[in-house]
Amino acid sequence: MAARPAPGGGTAGRWWSALGPTGGAVIALVALVAANSIFTPNFATAGNFWNVLFQLSVTLLVAVGMTLVIATGGIDLSVGSVMAISAAVAAVTLDRGLFVAIPLALVAGMAVGLLNGAFVSYFKVQAIVVTLATLLAGRGLAQVINRGGALLAIDDSGFLVLGRGHVGPVPVQVLIAAAVVALAIFVLRSTPFGRYVLAAGGNPAAARLAGVPVNRTVVTVYVMSGLLAGLAGLVEASRLGASAAARIGQGAELDAIAAVVVGGTLLSGGRATIMGTVIGALIMQVIATSFNMLLIPYAWALAFKALIILFAVYLQRPRRV
Amino acid sequence: MEHQGQIGGGGAPALSVRSTRPEVPAGAGSGVPAPRPPALRARAAAMLQRQGAVVALMVVCVFGFARYEAFATPENLLNVLRQNSMLGFVALGMTMVILTGGIDLSVGSVLAVAGIVAAKLSGQGTLVAIAGGLAAGALLGTLNGVLITRARIQPFIVTLAMMIAARGVALGVTGENSVRVDRAAAGFLWLGRGRIVGIPVPVVLAALAFVVGWIVLRYTRFGRYVYAAGDNQDAARLLGLKVDRVLIATYAISGLLAAMAGIVLAGRLGAGQPVAGTGWELDAIAAVVVGGTLLSGGQGGVGSTVVGVLLLGVIFNLFNLEGTITPWWQGVLRGVFLLGVVVIQSRLQKRATHGH
Repeated sequence: MAARPAPGGGTAGRWWSALGPTGGAVIALVALVAANSIFTPNFATAGNFWNVLFQLSVTLLVAVGMTLVIATGGIDLSVGSVMAISAAVAAVTLDRGLFVAIPLALVAGMAVGLLNGAFVSYFKVQAIVVTLATLLAGRGLAQVINRGGALLAIDDSGFLVLGRGHVGPVPVQVLIAAAVVALAIFVLRSTPFGRYVLAAGGNPAAARLAGVPVNRTVVTVYVMSGLLAGLAGLVEASRLGASAAARIGQGAELDAIAAVVVGGTLLSGGRATIMGTVIGALIMQVIATSFNMLLIPYAWALAFKALIILFAVYLQRPRRV
Repeated sequence: MEHQGQIGGGGAPALSVRSTRPEVPAGAGSGVPAPRPPALRARAAAMLQRQGAVVALMVVCVFGFARYEAFATPENLLNVLRQNSMLGFVALGMTMVILTGGIDLSVGSVLAVAGIVAAKLSGQGTLVAIAGGLAAGALLGTLNGVLITRARIQPFIVTLAMMIAARGVALGVTGENSVRVDRAAAGFLWLGRGRIVGIPVPVVLAALAFVVGWIVLRYTRFGRYVYAAGDNQDAARLLGLKVDRVLIATYAISGLLAAMAGIVLAGRLGAGQPVAGTGWELDAIAAVVVGGTLLSGGQGGVGSTVVGVLLLGVIFNLFNLEGTITPWWQGVLRGVFLLGVVVIQSRLQKRATHGH
């Protein structure tokens, strides 16, 4: 009997495909880190290691939620505005205590997510349009909540732990991001909800026939994205020591989408990899950090990031049938 | 399909099946059970979906006329038109891209690059500057199209990458400073500041662009290909349309029009700015969607986009005339308005398609 080709062997000539959808991203990350360890002074140090993870965490929180949304075939452009709303809510309610302010801020984020999800699943409006509208409205709302766009300083020492505290050498926000990543991997892999998410994105009609509560799943995913964006907003406000409604989360949706896409999650839905998103976010952060350390203007880091996005997606593109 | 073939065979044996198919509804009276005409409600819904933005624009204008004395003055109306003419160029290109079922997120960055290129070339005369700026925009747009069709990467991702990269180039080349337009290039500045028989030049240019766009989409083969590519790309390919070429041309046109906006804006400001056009892709998409063009492609048109741009522009103008609505509340209201419009449209569209 002729030996069957091993799994993945059918795509001979695309050796990286053996590594799975995230393969290209892993290779890119390894190459970037190796090159930087040689050419960038002080890159391969413990201090810089934590620095990269520290700067990565906020993007990662948003990107995990974005991964889930994209897995259902949707997109959430409103995350940056949700970050600003959550930060503003926390800033104006902090005088009633941490345990009022933080839940309220997270609930505000979830409320925007609920709105997004309801319009996407029940009114059948395209996700890109719904979340574009909440992006525009949300940024305005954040400034209204923020008492007319002022910069509200935050000096609650408990709140500042979120973005400035350390546990041993590990920044608190890195711990938060790691916990969220672990939880998301567990949910996506090992719970019925995780399978519903992929089913809703892969083929909603078939999923519905199979008894998957598609609408509820989609709404839940947007609520989770809102919650995580809200959390990211709190961390960012804590790091800045202020709620700056015009600044917090500006462009966060693009960073998150880039991380998700580079990591190997398909924009068309039905497939998702949280680890891929982590690697995608790492690639983007390593580029930003190393360009910064090499004193190359930020502008060129942008151009290089764009190339990486295109290259990663090009490697992963579905072949024509 | 088979059913229609039978009708054609029975009613008019001399004609080939293919040629009779379009006439089936018309000749349905002869013995064959007449297909039910689309329900009145469905037809009304379809019309509202197409013309809803016009109705909304009229309502908003009447409201403005009744409430604010300053609204219906020629100066204010021309001001509204001038402020929105640059977004008009961008939205026109976006309309064509969206009709093909794609999207162009890079327009804001392309606008900035074109404005900078034109400003840098302005020392060598107005014509060189304009040609250089337009060429830069068309080139970036073509690159979008080539990557989308040849490398088969989704438009959303390609143009997202272009948006990031072109902004990087704009910031990098200029060292994050604006580039002054040479005062000797009077024609360049005139593009942004001049008037033709009292009408601001940007308005005249935008109107021209829309008329040309309308004619191209409606009366040329290319225009029909754009709709065909957006309606059903596989079918269009099977019919032998050069879909890839149509898509590349569409993205090139979008880049060209974004460049036009960038040049006019540079002329208006007297400088090319690396941060110009930030967020314009969202405004343009909003205007296209509010006008009634579907993001799924194949349906809508240039006329809808004019109405969409004007509607958002007039609403913004009314906010300013009211004076008490802060910019932040304006942001909230614009978002809520956009959401309301698209929800109503999706309801109407569902009703219209279910009626048939």
